Amino acid sequence: MKILVAISKVPDSTSKISFKDNNTQFDEAGIQFIVNPYDEWYALVRALELKENLGGAVTTITVGEANADPVIRKALAIGADDAVRIDAEPVDALFTANQIASFARDKGYDLIMFGKETINYNGSQVGAMAAGLLDLPYVSNASSLEVSGSSARLERDIQGGSQVIDVDLPAVISASKGMAEQRIPNMKGIMSARKKKLEVVAPIEAPRHTEVLSYSLPEAKSEVKLIDPDNPTELIELLHKEAKVI
Amino acid sequence: MNVLVFADCQDGKILKSGIEAVSYASRVVEQFGGTLVTATYGTEDSSELEKLGEVGAETLFVSKTNQGTPWSLTEYLSALVRERNIELVVLSNDFTGKAILGLLGSKLDAGAVNNAVDFPKNENGFTVKSQMFSGKAFGEVRITSSIKIIALLPNAVGTVSNPKSLSIKYFEGDFNSRIKIVEEKKLETGGTVPLPEAELVVSGGRGLKGPENWGIVEDLASTLGATTACSRPVSDLDWRPHHEHVGQTGLAIRPNLYIAIGISGAIQHLAGVNGSKTIVVVNNDPEAPFFKAADYGVVADAFEFIPKFTEALKAHKANNA
Ligand SMILES: Cc1cc2nc3c(=O)[nH]c(=O)nc-3n(C[C@H](O)[C@H](O)[C@H](O)COP(=O)(O)OP(=O)(O)OC[C@H]3O[C@@H](n4cnc5c(N)ncnc54)[C@H](O)[C@@H]3O)c2cc1C
Ligand SMILES: Nc1ncnc2c1ncn2[C@@H]1O[C@H](COP(=O)(O)O)[C@@H](O)[C@H]1O
Repeated sequence: MKILVAISKVPDSTSKISFKDNNTQFDEAGIQFIVNPYDEWYALVRALELKENLGGAVTTITVGEANADPVIRKALAIGADDAVRIDAEPVDALFTANQIASFARDKGYDLIMFGKETINYNGSQVGAMAAGLLDLPYVSNASSLEVSGSSARLERDIQGGSQVIDVDLPAVISASKGMAEQRIPNMKGIMSARKKKLEVVAPIEAPRHTEVLSYSLPEAKSEVKLIDPDNPTELIELLHKEAKVI
Repeated sequence: MNVLVFADCQDGKILKSGIEAVSYASRVVEQFGGTLVTATYGTEDSSELEKLGEVGAETLFVSKTNQGTPWSLTEYLSALVRERNIELVVLSNDFTGKAILGLLGSKLDAGAVNNAVDFPKNENGFTVKSQMFSGKAFGEVRITSSIKIIALLPNAVGTVSNPKSLSIKYFEGDFNSRIKIVEEKKLETGGTVPLPEAELVVSGGRGLKGPENWGIVEDLASTLGATTACSRPVSDLDWRPHHEHVGQTGLAIRPNLYIAIGISGAIQHLAGVNGSKTIVVVNNDPEAPFFKAADYGVVADAFEFIPKFTEALKAHKANNA
């Protein structure tokens, strides 16, 4: 099994989000960056499990600048064999997908794995776009993945339930909760990660079709109205007459 | 601007999120001019298809044999885009919309914006407001490609009535799925609205102490006609099924009413629910962070308050029936 796992760098999930330069830039001051949870906990760990059972190698790929290297090392510490970084700012989903697809195209990967979405842009686009560009079968939102021979069986979450899917390899997959369990890197992993190969590749020319002009925060909630616990009717009245939701 | 909108269908029923997308698209056409083409699949039931005519669909394509997989839907919609000179594709940001958005984007060389929460503007180029950072912020995103795609967040703009007479065209031929569906499994929801579409949601956290205590949550939910949800530790502990998990790493929802019982209100939980129109928090710790995000708060032991609240609701329902 030759597996490529796309991992992205995102602000830690506890981050307080704020913006600078007149709300045109995400303010990175004081932000901890992590590997996107879906990429790390599910896609990467399942790829490592498949490699442990079936042999092969797991490579990670990231579109990003040098400041992404620490989170790439984290993925190496968890157990990826080597890493590739396409040296470009990942501003647009199609641009990012083009970088990944162009790198993967002739390398004979059996599986190319993505997270179901990044927790910053929540795009759920890059994986599907890479599948489209590579013209490969695509299974989104997969909560399980088993490989036998040259095909895979997956369970995919859909509205109101799930589907069991068979697909021929090579295929592109996006991983959601359930596919694997988070792994904490151990000391040995962290030490060996320093010596693993992190190859930096120049980006290709590709279109950028979207750009964020400005950011905003949700309107602040007004002060909470506290209700006397002995008077549940008061809450019902408020929900009925004031909020008009029941 | 010629607009194609896709309304997803399941078990022969058009999804509410699809109807909302059609209503949105018909209002975009009113604003920008052009023609509207609507596409669906999986039903020939005229009472279902009429629901789309009620919110502005006129030309409606129905693909008869489509399997509804990401690739087969992508090829279906791409064919319509080419045939009808479409400049904007509107999807709903539901499970199907998310699965096809990127395939369609790469196939049409189109810029795509998902999680749209408002109508597009034409002031600084073509822009649309999109929810980002798992609900913690929004971005105004400009799309510069000639074909554009928007996926609308469910329950963001609502639907308005705009009845039109439907002209239905059946679309023959299947498209390659590239995957084989071996089996479909349905969630046991006991007939309640699925969580992504629910307007009323009652959610429980670790404060409920164990799965055996979920009766008070379920009683309240069934009295309200609400759908149940839970925090992540609750589904991780298998107290509740995974599909109920809301938050940054679960479902992001935006119901009209979200009642949080025994949930502390961690930032990752809030990320998935802070788009709710009204939030009620029941927690015995007055310092629980969730109170800061709530509209109404009750500092109380859930085991005492929730049954009383449910009884009072029953009385309210009986009086207003
Ligand atoms: C990367 C990452 C992603 C995450 N994603 C999510 C996510 O998607 N969704 C999510 O929910 N969490 C998520 N979490 C976890 C999150 O940080 C919190 O740990 C979690 O939301 C806490 O769940 P809880 O509120 O149910 O439990 P607790 O934090 O244990 O809170 C229980 C609450 O119940 C109250 N309580 C106790 N007894 C009673 C009683 N008798 N009556 C009333 N109230 C009572 C307590 O005062 C307390 O406030 C994520 C964490 C990480 C690190
Ligand atoms: N800059 C990036 N580098 C590598 N992979 C990425 C990048 N951005 C997104 N991805 C992958 O694409 C998935 C979906 O991202 P998104 O479309 O932003 O929600 C993520 O879970 C990652 O697996």
